[in-house]
Amino acid sequence: MIYFIVRRFASAVLVLFAISVSVFLIFFATPGVDPAARIAGRSASAQVLAHVAREFGLNRPLPIRYWLMMEHLFIKQDLTSYVNIGVRVVPQITQAAPITLSLVIGAAVIWMIVGVLGGVVAAANQGKFIDPFIMFIGIAAVSVPAYWLGEVMNLLTQSKFHSSIFAWVPPPGYVSFTTSPSEWFLHLLFPWLTLAALYAGIYARVLRAELVNALNEDYVRTARAKGLSERRILFRHALRCSLISIVSLFGLDFGALIGGAALLTEVVFGLPGVGMLTYTSLQNLDLPVIMGCVMYGAFFVVLANAVVDVLYAYLDPRVRLA
Amino acid sequence: MRDLTVSFATRQGALRAVDGLSFDVGQKEIVGIVGESGSGKSVAIYSMLGLVREKNATITGSVLFEGREILGLSDKELQPIRGGSIGMIFQDPMTALTPVYTVGWQLVEQIRQHLHLPKAAARQRAIELLGQVGIPDPKSRVDRYPHEFSGGMRQRVVIAMALSCNPRLLIADEPTTALDVTTQAQILDLMLKLQDTYDSSIVIITHDMGVIAEMAHRVVVMYAGRPVEIARELDLVRHPRHPYTWGLLDAVPRLDAKHDRLRTIRGNAVSPLNLPPGCAFAPRCDYVMDQCAQRPPLQGDADHVDACWLSDAQRVTIRQRVEQPS
Amino acid sequence: MAAFGLLVVVVTACLLAPVYAHHIAHENPFTSNLNGTIRLGNKTVNVLQANTQGLGLGVTPIGPTWHFSTYFLGADSQGRDVFARLLYGGRTSLFIGFISAVICCVIASVLGLASGYFGGAVDWLISRIFDIVWAFPIYLLAISLSVVLLTSGLNIAFIHIQAGSLVLPILIIAAVFVPYVGRPIRGLVMSLKEREFIQAAIGAGASDFHILRKEILPNVMPSIIVFFPLMVAFNMLTESALSFLSIGVQPPAASWGTIINDGLDLLYTRPWVAMAPGIMIVITAGALNVLGDGFRDAFDPKAKLRGSI
Repeated sequence: MIYFIVRRFASAVLVLFAISVSVFLIFFATPGVDPAARIAGRSASAQVLAHVAREFGLNRPLPIRYWLMMEHLFIKQDLTSYVNIGVRVVPQITQAAPITLSLVIGAAVIWMIVGVLGGVVAAANQGKFIDPFIMFIGIAAVSVPAYWLGEVMNLLTQSKFHSSIFAWVPPPGYVSFTTSPSEWFLHLLFPWLTLAALYAGIYARVLRAELVNALNEDYVRTARAKGLSERRILFRHALRCSLISIVSLFGLDFGALIGGAALLTEVVFGLPGVGMLTYTSLQNLDLPVIMGCVMYGAFFVVLANAVVDVLYAYLDPRVRLA
Repeated sequence: MRDLTVSFATRQGALRAVDGLSFDVGQKEIVGIVGESGSGKSVAIYSMLGLVREKNATITGSVLFEGREILGLSDKELQPIRGGSIGMIFQDPMTALTPVYTVGWQLVEQIRQHLHLPKAAARQRAIELLGQVGIPDPKSRVDRYPHEFSGGMRQRVVIAMALSCNPRLLIADEPTTALDVTTQAQILDLMLKLQDTYDSSIVIITHDMGVIAEMAHRVVVMYAGRPVEIARELDLVRHPRHPYTWGLLDAVPRLDAKHDRLRTIRGNAVSPLNLPPGCAFAPRCDYVMDQCAQRPPLQGDADHVDACWLSDAQRVTIRQRVEQPS
Repeated sequence: MAAFGLLVVVVTACLLAPVYAHHIAHENPFTSNLNGTIRLGNKTVNVLQANTQGLGLGVTPIGPTWHFSTYFLGADSQGRDVFARLLYGGRTSLFIGFISAVICCVIASVLGLASGYFGGAVDWLISRIFDIVWAFPIYLLAISLSVVLLTSGLNIAFIHIQAGSLVLPILIIAAVFVPYVGRPIRGLVMSLKEREFIQAAIGAGASDFHILRKEILPNVMPSIIVFFPLMVAFNMLTESALSFLSIGVQPPAASWGTIINDGLDLLYTRPWVAMAPGIMIVITAGALNVLGDGFRDAFDPKAKLRGSI
């Protein structure tokens, strides 16, 4: 098991390296315009361009340029924006990260509960009304663009019914947990629900399919022949085996969301997380910030994948040997 | 078991997988059910314990276990019977165990379900059982996962599980089919030995006459969901009466073989969807007569019945011809 | 079946937009109409009305008239007819979703077939590419590519794609999803290769190209067909998200995503601008998902496609 963990994290470092190289290539080696002009943003002076070219070694060979970029990002952490001159990128990201974490963790709790519940109830009631009903809601949830759902939520809570049933909903924005836990909760409630809807739909659908497969397996027949209760067969045997694939899905999604996939929800609800940071820098074409956000996001995705694989090995003893 | 019929509603019409199967199993008796793949042997046994889960299956007839009707009982009512008084061994040991739990966990789960022992005692019993079924070093193997066992060893685990609650009846569905020949012999020996220790009756399902000869006291031969011959093992092997049984027996390689080539039954098993109106075996039978268009009843003396229109005299002449080829 | 019918209605309505759009909208959906007026009943109404509340500054576009003849769903902040833009935007969205799904499936099939069939170094290289793209968060990859390409366009050798072209979002979306289709295909080909009929073809001395085309491709096809409607739905949703972030379809062209973006500022005054395209997306993506489920049940009950949009 220890060997497995070490090996898994070693390969994560390799993937991270590969990703950093591809980020580097996308930003610095895509044919087209001068990368200095890209980094410096629109309407930069010749002086700034020259400064950028020197700082990132744009006239030096590619490997050295790669090294310089990594140095600015991770070692010196002095990458600065050229749109808001002098603002450092890394502290901006570390400030925004807790907000993204609050959003994603809360949503994850909701979607895991709702998704697993929906999948189990649908699979346990195959052929009855409730099964296609849950699956229909699942499809609807999967087909809704998350940012648009957020707008609908805003419209309902901030405009139409703001003076009546949703009077308790605070305006979009963020209040940190340390300032006021209850405000933190209220501000995040609808963003959580919005973000969770899509994933709850996916998880309910995937889990139902997995459970239906599992319930047809030989080991379920054995469990039944052992005289176990239907409930125990469903939860301890079928669900336990189906959870393996749900956990691996969860890791990928969770990593991707922390890494920036939650940006649409953040934008719609005005939450100043990493996604919002990416969005605003997109609006001003502030490349150093975008680059920083992408690297940060990739780091979380790769980390989450590694953690999931370790968890996977814990859940499925067959993987440990491989 | 009386007049068990299992039919499935399919798109091509009603499918009678099992049609009028009746037999008794006495105390400590071993009954073999033999027939080709798809002859309805497994379905018959599964439906007995409510293990046929398809919604479009209709099961009729009657199954008495220790004087109590168990057909049609709810899952809840069947729970103490399944795994408690009736143990089951399945065909494919590779997939019969839940992959994510240790074998010990799975044994303890069943023991505690039926015997209400404390955890430590149940674990002790699990280790004991694993030792009894011939698993070396049961103390450490008890904490291993199924994928760490070979096929034969897994089947031993399944047997240990089936026996764990001292069942009155053990049902074995092709317990050796998925195993290699030497392992097969070991598993059969083991089952015989354990049957002796545990005083249980056994119903063993197989397509292998060799297994029947080794194990069974009494034999039910099935074809296309219908019983075609029921007899004591010795009678059946020495004096088979139904042409299908002849075919099965002739298809077993023998040490004193008089023929160079193994005889086979011509043709393939019929699809239960389009059974001929009379005797189901008629299309493949070498001795088919006009009468075969009607379904023959099971008849004969109390210990040996079969379903065929051939007269005793005809059978004697046919068998003599076969036994002494020119 | 109902889902399929709904899909047909949406698709034809959008595809035929140029034919009848001038009947329902008298203005060009792509040019602004800041000073226009329309006749409603007997009154003449400004398309952009001066605000009456607050300080009375700024303008609010006209709301839904619910008359098919003009501004059925109202106007956006540029005074353009939202309903006409909705139809034209649907064309763009469906087009991007469909074409990028085709490109994605073709690239993924070629890579998946090559990787699974030839194995060895080819497989190693392609699998690593899949791994990296897979580990990259979809949106971040799409954002990185979009930012770089949309500012400058793409100039490789003699290929020049203009910065505002629809081709860019199509290529970006297609590229991002390749591993999601390519990986399962690779696995499928690897298991097919072990099967007797492929081994027989190899033994009979058939060329690799012949085996891939005649023996393997027909067996992989059902899975691709199952993926396809789901891919179109995914790609449409991705396109709308990128357009919403203003790095997808570039103005003045419209897609459902860009219209929702336009409607963001009008959300509380003229909600229909943002609501209508969203509803269209939900209907279309929902129908595609149901269709995909139907295909899966019909062709390939064991197929699994991980979805994450």
